[in-house]
Amino acid sequence: MAAVGLFLSIEAFDAFRSEGFRFFTQTAWQPDRRVFGVAAVLLFTVLIALIAVAIALPLAMGTALFIVEVVPGWLRSTFIAIVDLMAAVPSVVYGLWGLFFLQGQVIGLSRWLTTWLGWFPLFSVSGDDPTSPMSSGTVYTASTFIAGIVVSMMVMPIACSVMREVFSQVPPGEREGAFALGSTRWGMIRTVTLPFGRGGIIGGTMLGLGRALGETIAVYLIISPRFDINFHVLENGSNSVSSLIALRTPEASGFGLSALMAAGLTLFAMTLVVNFVASIFVARSRSGAGSEA
Amino acid sequence: MVNNDTSTSSATERRASEFAGTIVPERLAEPVEPQVRRNIAKVSRRDIMVGLGSVLSAVSTTMLIFGRLTPLRGRIGFVVVAFAIYLVIYALLVSLTEDRPAVIDRVMSALFTAAAVVAGAALVSVVGFTLWRGRSALLKPNLYTQDMSTTGPLDPLGKGGILHAIVGSLIIVGLALVVTVPLGLACAVFLNETRSRMRSTVRSVVTAMTALPSILAGLFVFAVWVLILGFQRSGLAAAIAISIMMLPIIVRSAEVVLRLVPGNLREASEATGAPQWRTVWFVVLPTARSGLVNAVILGVARGVGETAPVLLVSGVTSTINSNPRANPMMSLPLAVFEFVRSPQQALIQRGFATAAVLMVLVLVLFTVARMFAGRPVGRQSKRQARRTARHSAKDLQRIDALTGGHTS
Repeated sequence: MAAVGLFLSIEAFDAFRSEGFRFFTQTAWQPDRRVFGVAAVLLFTVLIALIAVAIALPLAMGTALFIVEVVPGWLRSTFIAIVDLMAAVPSVVYGLWGLFFLQGQVIGLSRWLTTWLGWFPLFSVSGDDPTSPMSSGTVYTASTFIAGIVVSMMVMPIACSVMREVFSQVPPGEREGAFALGSTRWGMIRTVTLPFGRGGIIGGTMLGLGRALGETIAVYLIISPRFDINFHVLENGSNSVSSLIALRTPEASGFGLSALMAAGLTLFAMTLVVNFVASIFVARSRSGAGSEA
Repeated sequence: MVNNDTSTSSATERRASEFAGTIVPERLAEPVEPQVRRNIAKVSRRDIMVGLGSVLSAVSTTMLIFGRLTPLRGRIGFVVVAFAIYLVIYALLVSLTEDRPAVIDRVMSALFTAAAVVAGAALVSVVGFTLWRGRSALLKPNLYTQDMSTTGPLDPLGKGGILHAIVGSLIIVGLALVVTVPLGLACAVFLNETRSRMRSTVRSVVTAMTALPSILAGLFVFAVWVLILGFQRSGLAAAIAISIMMLPIIVRSAEVVLRLVPGNLREASEATGAPQWRTVWFVVLPTARSGLVNAVILGVARGVGETAPVLLVSGVTSTINSNPRANPMMSLPLAVFEFVRSPQQALIQRGFATAAVLMVLVLVLFTVARMFAGRPVGRQSKRQARRTARHSAKDLQRIDALTGGHTS
């Protein structure tokens, strides 16, 4: 672990010395002309991860509560297996699915979002008038939004299994106490399960966020790279640190590699911080105590 | 019953004022009717009818909206609108007989179920779509017996295959196993069996490794192996990168399993005077064997599907290469990746077929792992029990021979 950080730092040293702090503010990526920075790439990475978590969090919580509280016993192991299998499907398969299947389905949704919510900057799209009958769907393809949806499918099982672990550790005495006081199932969940599992919910979400930040192949397959600051998540073109590395490393040489290592180091530091915070939340909460001991 | 109430309480008060002792409530005059136990778990016919009716009316309302009233279209939109209408109608129907908390409870349960169904549908759609798009290439036997060295991008599906990727994946994962199994088990034993101060450090390092983005594992191996040490891209480098991804998974799941080994087994072993390494080797590890196999299989399932680290360090080739130390080596996920980047339909179909092979492999590994995991730690299979009995009988004979039969 230390070795990974150390060697990345050594290799990245050249790039950092050349650019200094501008590395974090420039948007272009042209290391051979000594003009490069991670501002745009980092922004897209964070946007994809946030969209993924925003979709995955309710899904994961709902599924976890369904598995722990709602589903009858004989179906429970089936649903646990489904979630585990979702975590086991290779990311390249998710990428294929997103590129060839989901994209066609989502274009309509993107168009609807920008038609009705286009006044909100995040959902506006430049270069297409959705009311015009001539508008084609191409401007909505390969967008941050689609990449975020696909990554959310990969994040969901991870967050869900953490939450399921925590929810199933709720002390039976407290659950039965709530029922004995006449609570409905939802009342019990709201007053017992959710407060008990708060640490697990936050921790699971953060773990998912860490995974979403580092996701490579699925994002690489879906997006078409661009290097400018752009908050229009429904619009064609996006980027991420890891797909930048995957795209440029095979053909980079010398200084270009050093720049990529610097980008890698940035990603490394980011995921490390996110996961560290996640582990603090899980460990500090009441719910984490049982799972570690 | 109600009539007795006042007289009973006044009688109790009177007796309490007379002396402070145990107060025995007086028997009620009428015998209480035996209560019939209510079945609270059963789903009543009314519940089923309400559910079915809401679904029917929601679907028909949505069809009306989509077909006649508004120019809406699209499958996702249809499902979302139908579900929203279903929730409203369902809540209305339930509220006819139940109070507010019960209505909220039902609606929330429906939402949780919907989340789980979405998850299941996503999995089915991923697996089904991949198998469907790869079906024409999957059924050709040459997919499993040939490589791509003599096949051009325009050749039909009857020619060429992914044997090179299958061989490469097997070699890479095999090499990674050689590294990760001893190291991972040693780490898990260290974390669970020793009382060293380093444990918390090792544990947090392993946790941080779990979170390492896979592309960075590839970038790290690329920096050290190719740039600093000057070796060429090869299967061995890919195996190292994959090991970095597999190790934390094996350590974490093996540690959980070792924690389940009953403490009295350990204590019994130590009570016979066995040193710690003998306890670990002959008691702890055999007891947890099925769980450890499960941990390794989980690691393999993760490692075989990793694309990003392999992408940077193994190189791309279309011929079979069985030498991991030199020349590029292909693997299954990388083959998928290379196939679908091409615009040729035949190659994309090959890509889907390769993805299907990879996915089936992972699913099979997972199923095997679950079968192993189904058995609790410390429970023996029939054959293991027979073997243990045989060993015990042999030990008894040996002891008898030494002591002249006094012990038995």
